[in-house]
Amino acid sequence: MAEAQNSPVLNSVRAGGPLPVGSTTAGSIAVAAESTVVSRMSAPPSFDVADFPVPHGREEEWRFTPLERLRGLHDGTAVATGDGVKVTVDAPEGVVVETVGRDDARIGRAGTPVDRIAAQAYSAFEKASVVTVPKETVLTEPIRIAVHGQGGVAFGHQVIELGAFAEAVVVIDHTGDAVLAANVDYVLGDGAKLTVVSVQDWDDKAVHVGQHNTLIGRDASFKSVVVTFGGDVVRLHPRITYAGPGGEAELFGLYFTDAGQHQEHRLLVTHNVPHCKSNVVYKGALQGEAAHAVWIGDVLIEAKAEGTDTYEMNRNLVLTDGARVDSVPNLEIETGEIVGAGHASATGRFDDEQLFYLMARGIPEHEARRLVVRGFFAELVQQIGVADIEERLLTKIEEELEASVA
Amino acid sequence: MATLEIRDLHVTVEADNATKEILKGVDLTVKQGETHAIMGPNGSGKSTLAYSLAGHPKYTITGGTVLLDGEDVLEMSVDERARAGLFLAMQYPVEVPGVSVSNFLRTSATAIRGEAPKLRTWVKEVREAMERLNMDPAFAERNVNEGFSGGEKKRHEILQLELLKPKVAILDETDSGLDVDALRIVSEGVNRVRETGEVGTLLITHYTRILRYIKPDFVHVFSGGRIVESGGAELADKLENEGYEAYTKGGASA
Repeated sequence: MAEAQNSPVLNSVRAGGPLPVGSTTAGSIAVAAESTVVSRMSAPPSFDVADFPVPHGREEEWRFTPLERLRGLHDGTAVATGDGVKVTVDAPEGVVVETVGRDDARIGRAGTPVDRIAAQAYSAFEKASVVTVPKETVLTEPIRIAVHGQGGVAFGHQVIELGAFAEAVVVIDHTGDAVLAANVDYVLGDGAKLTVVSVQDWDDKAVHVGQHNTLIGRDASFKSVVVTFGGDVVRLHPRITYAGPGGEAELFGLYFTDAGQHQEHRLLVTHNVPHCKSNVVYKGALQGEAAHAVWIGDVLIEAKAEGTDTYEMNRNLVLTDGARVDSVPNLEIETGEIVGAGHASATGRFDDEQLFYLMARGIPEHEARRLVVRGFFAELVQQIGVADIEERLLTKIEEELEASVA
Repeated sequence: MATLEIRDLHVTVEADNATKEILKGVDLTVKQGETHAIMGPNGSGKSTLAYSLAGHPKYTITGGTVLLDGEDVLEMSVDERARAGLFLAMQYPVEVPGVSVSNFLRTSATAIRGEAPKLRTWVKEVREAMERLNMDPAFAERNVNEGFSGGEKKRHEILQLELLKPKVAILDETDSGLDVDALRIVSEGVNRVRETGEVGTLLITHYTRILRYIKPDFVHVFSGGRIVESGGAELADKLENEGYEAYTKGGASA
């Protein structure tokens, strides 16, 4: 584990590079003179796809992604088919659900596309969905958004906005088969509380790429749970910025990468305002030939963001040979006047000795494997804090284990 | 009455691209209610015997038989051996991240007993067994062996021994790395299981210290991959005074 605690000496702490299975980032620290989170992107943020060159795969932000499996989302050859996905919003009373045109002022407020596919999605969508929870509205039932792939190509944009002191839970389910590039904006007013659970439970062939921008208001708190089980390629890019002090972000992620799947989660938390918190915990299990999980955890603490408290962690459990994990935490600190900043990444194998120990206690092999995976995820699920969602996820993990852990 | 019969057991291990024979014809019979101490110098093959009996994949059986109540143990998978009544308390218990002790114990007991123990009696059973071993109840919520001290790991092994009630218990250097207090607590746990008269115990140790707490019926000296001398408890006293020298310097072929 590499960690920097309130140290004015370190301008920037960086631990990176592709990691072989079984390794951790411990000790891999270098001091860089200037910001790398922003400068290493191959083009500045833009809403226009034409501002981004077609990636060739060697760029820092694309080097882990199998471009040939993106079905043309990255090079402009993917064209919307009109029946790509069906989006259904089921919202309790008090919530305003609208479908709006591209010129709606609420679109794009939480962040600007930073790579070619995000810009492609932004340039190509025709209608956006805007879900608004008016100020001081506290929901007791979740807002449910179902995104069901119908086998086509689609570009989308979703805005979820909470007014001041509003509280809501949003559950987004992705199912079926699609080639989808879609961005999501979460805008939290002052003191608002939003929990989002995004489940990527796609069919095996689906491709899903998206940038999730969150703008957290003063004293607002955002909790995100990203759960990726399915798809051929899933590449999500959650990004956090703060609109005022006192904001909190808790970003939890859980992925179960099977043979042949590429699941990539790239996060950036930008502490651009003083006295905000962020806590990132992503855990993944992998099994099977060519299962590939990528986790990039970037945290940038800008010079003005005094009093920042941040921690990010990634854990991976490799169940079989042939799977690959790339885990790259990256922490950049431009001020020493912070409460705390740290990160950790570890990738471990479920090894033969663990299996032997459990089996030597009478536990059959398949059950031993399931026991370990279930325990590994349960630890994270228990932190979600929404009982019925926790239960649903544990059931879902159970199903995934039934289906896949032989 | 349960009996473990080991006949002419030969075991090899792959090391440095070479096959090395570690066990060179082990003969031993352990009956229910008996306690056998196996003593020997480092590298004599004591632990290999323990792990071979439990079925560790690292070891290859090249000859001999192992029968538990007439059933061929060597044909069984690791979990089948455990369910048949073999228990190995390990010298270096393995960490299993993400699996709590309570979940592990219950899963194991369910597998061994063939049905899930009734929750209410089970909770009581575990709590009482933990109390007897001076274990904090909070222990049950920790992950298996993760961050355990040496003493905690060994107590956890003996806790399993008490709960799983095997026919034959193999204790592989359970005394190593324990201070006197921990050794006493662990030994008392082993003695409680022995006093039921329902378990045959194979106590593998380098030192005679543990034999002050656990009185063996038989003592075997292990050297060069086989048992070179057998006797009663008095043999341990001889080893205490004279060490293993007589067996390692040419005596092993006797």
